[in-house]
Amino acid sequence: MADRGTQMTVTVGLSSCGIAAGAADVMAAFEREIEKRGLDVRLRRTGCIGMCYSEPIVDVDAPGAGRHTYGGITADQVERIVDEHIAGGAPVDEWLVRAEGRDLPDEAYYSRQVRLVLRNAGMIDPESIDEYIEAGGYAALEKAVTSMKPEEVVKEITDSGLRGRGGAGFPTGVKWDLARKQPGGKKYVIVNADEGDPGAFMDRSILEGDPHSVLEGLAIAAYAIGADEGYFYVRAEYPLAVKRLGIAITDARERGYIGENVFGSGFSLDVYIKEGAGAFVCGEETALMASIEGRRGMPRIRPPYPAAEGLWKKPSNINNVETYANVAWIISNGAEAYASHGTETSKGTKVFALAGKIERGGLVEVPMGMTLREVIDEVGGGVPGGHDFKAVQLGGPSGGCIPREFIDIAVDYESVTKTGAIMGSGGMVVMDDTTCMVDIARFFLNFTQDESCGKCTFCRVGTKRMLEVLERICGGEGREGDIELLEELGEQIIASSLCGLGQSAPNPVVTTLKYFRDEYEAHVKEKRCPAHACKALITYGIDAEKCTGCTLCTKVCPTGAIAGEKRELHTIDQDLCTKCDACRRACKFDAVTVD
Amino acid sequence: MEKTALRGEDAADRLAVVDEVASKYAGTKGALIPILQNVQSRIGYLPTEVMERIGEKAGVPAAQVFGVASFYSQFRLEPVGRYVVKVCHGTACHVQGAGAITEAVCSELGVEDGETTADGKFTVESVACIGCCSLAPVIMIEENSFGRLTPDEARRIVREYGD
Repeated sequence: MADRGTQMTVTVGLSSCGIAAGAADVMAAFEREIEKRGLDVRLRRTGCIGMCYSEPIVDVDAPGAGRHTYGGITADQVERIVDEHIAGGAPVDEWLVRAEGRDLPDEAYYSRQVRLVLRNAGMIDPESIDEYIEAGGYAALEKAVTSMKPEEVVKEITDSGLRGRGGAGFPTGVKWDLARKQPGGKKYVIVNADEGDPGAFMDRSILEGDPHSVLEGLAIAAYAIGADEGYFYVRAEYPLAVKRLGIAITDARERGYIGENVFGSGFSLDVYIKEGAGAFVCGEETALMASIEGRRGMPRIRPPYPAAEGLWKKPSNINNVETYANVAWIISNGAEAYASHGTETSKGTKVFALAGKIERGGLVEVPMGMTLREVIDEVGGGVPGGHDFKAVQLGGPSGGCIPREFIDIAVDYESVTKTGAIMGSGGMVVMDDTTCMVDIARFFLNFTQDESCGKCTFCRVGTKRMLEVLERICGGEGREGDIELLEELGEQIIASSLCGLGQSAPNPVVTTLKYFRDEYEAHVKEKRCPAHACKALITYGIDAEKCTGCTLCTKVCPTGAIAGEKRELHTIDQDLCTKCDACRRACKFDAVTVD
Repeated sequence: MEKTALRGEDAADRLAVVDEVASKYAGTKGALIPILQNVQSRIGYLPTEVMERIGEKAGVPAAQVFGVASFYSQFRLEPVGRYVVKVCHGTACHVQGAGAITEAVCSELGVEDGETTADGKFTVESVACIGCCSLAPVIMIEENSFGRLTPDEARRIVREYGD
């Protein structure tokens, strides 16, 4: 191996997002170009660096010249980067998104972040245990099992103030202590990686970018509670995460970080992956355990809680991916250092998946207590295209939409809950004036009624009835009394469902009714969709003033609904129009109107 | 996930697959779901006689096998096309126009959402979030994701798979 001190390193981000944007081709192009020129360059892969809006991302790190980051790179741009920057030493300025010592626009995306969970994401090769160890990996596990008693580990986690990052925010140390105090015998530790919330991809990115950090956290938890068997329950929809986690487990076992007698301490742990089979409700802990046991993933009444009676009726500790990813950092750096970030009741950081109508969508980690405005405007760069921010959805199908008037609240468990939304697992979907809030409520209800396991009547039937009402309203057939019916159903479902899915299913409707009732009323009473999103309530037309008769719209219309010769005003046949929006997107003169 | 090494219509072949997979999991606790996943990845779907055989091999009633198979969205009780075009309908994709993507893919292939083309090549499926939210709207074919799509690009990608 050449000397890392003088060698240039080129890193390509190869997470699912990067690959979807073409990063594998970029990687291949670098291999080809570097080999062709016989350059002494270290080419490596990394996971998600978080700048999903800029994928594919390439880092060029030259000793002495610092790290230069290119964004939105395609395979045919590679040759020039190799020629000018790698061989010639002069960065290609116009493609840079970030560079050490320079204030490029995307710097704000990073400078406001505090990366504890994502400490290695986008920095190391997730398939290399050596790079994880070089970055300080497994030192926390060694410290825990060789120099700390289990109760000291639990105390450290309790003192750090870490709370469950899956959404509910239960204190992690308290949970561990309950499991630890169960009388001996068989115990289990479980990672909940069944990230089902639409709009959330934190767990996927962590598992793809730094799988060892989660495995190390799991091993520390196992030691703390006295478990010798662990499970990762991962969505089957995340093939790359499953693959990289598998590599991590194999390598860690080979090096003795898991397996028999870890660090000669007498502590042993076996770890297995279970692939989920596509059921949102399996994110609920008792349903998840039923699924690991090979049954239908249906929640059961708690208590007994998993700490007392969990997997195969044995005491079990179950935490989310992000929660475990915090653990090694806390053990290495101490509870006090961790608790120095965040607010009085919400310590540390939170990872958010920023998506929707946002300039810089991606994975961000911010200290608890930052305001929503700072996250959206400063880190995320605000709403693109000159549109107005309308609401932000937190907590997925269990959460709610927070309107503009609350954009200055601090992001912590208590403040978010006060708005009617929940912190949730970290999905943050930004909506602008083109997003219809009734349609969003319908979207989430469609999801939850589909994913209801069917055990509780109000969740099974009630969500279906709510969805019917919402579809009616969006379809222009809303009736007097529908809004009140939604409110009544919502209350009943919340009151009579067993698990979190049902208890929170009405939240998207409840919060949009609370903050955007006028939009519901416009749909029901005036048969009008203020956001121009509900197809049944809009009509496409052509502005005679603006239309130049270019015939472009007549060509893109898939149903042949637009008539008109060159340089003549075009017209839309409303009977044929499917409102697919192709004409509006194609028109260069802004002449297609939607009313 | 839908690799179809064996697409034979021969029921005996399918049962042989079950026997082979089940023997690998003999003695493993909670193996029913992995067995179903494995068998489906080999033969594409889970016909009745296959589920019955899995029940025999795993020592659980056929009704329980069917109960599990019908509970999880990953399992298919009907054959699917060579390529399953999964159109993501997560929140981000929804607000970025996933509906228009489904429409485009369906009209390109001449099927409705959830259906399989007559030549058995494609099945179109609306799926829950596949976690590429910043690249919305997204579709996934086999294990390849395609992001930042317009309806026209979605059509083009599907056409390329068809060639």
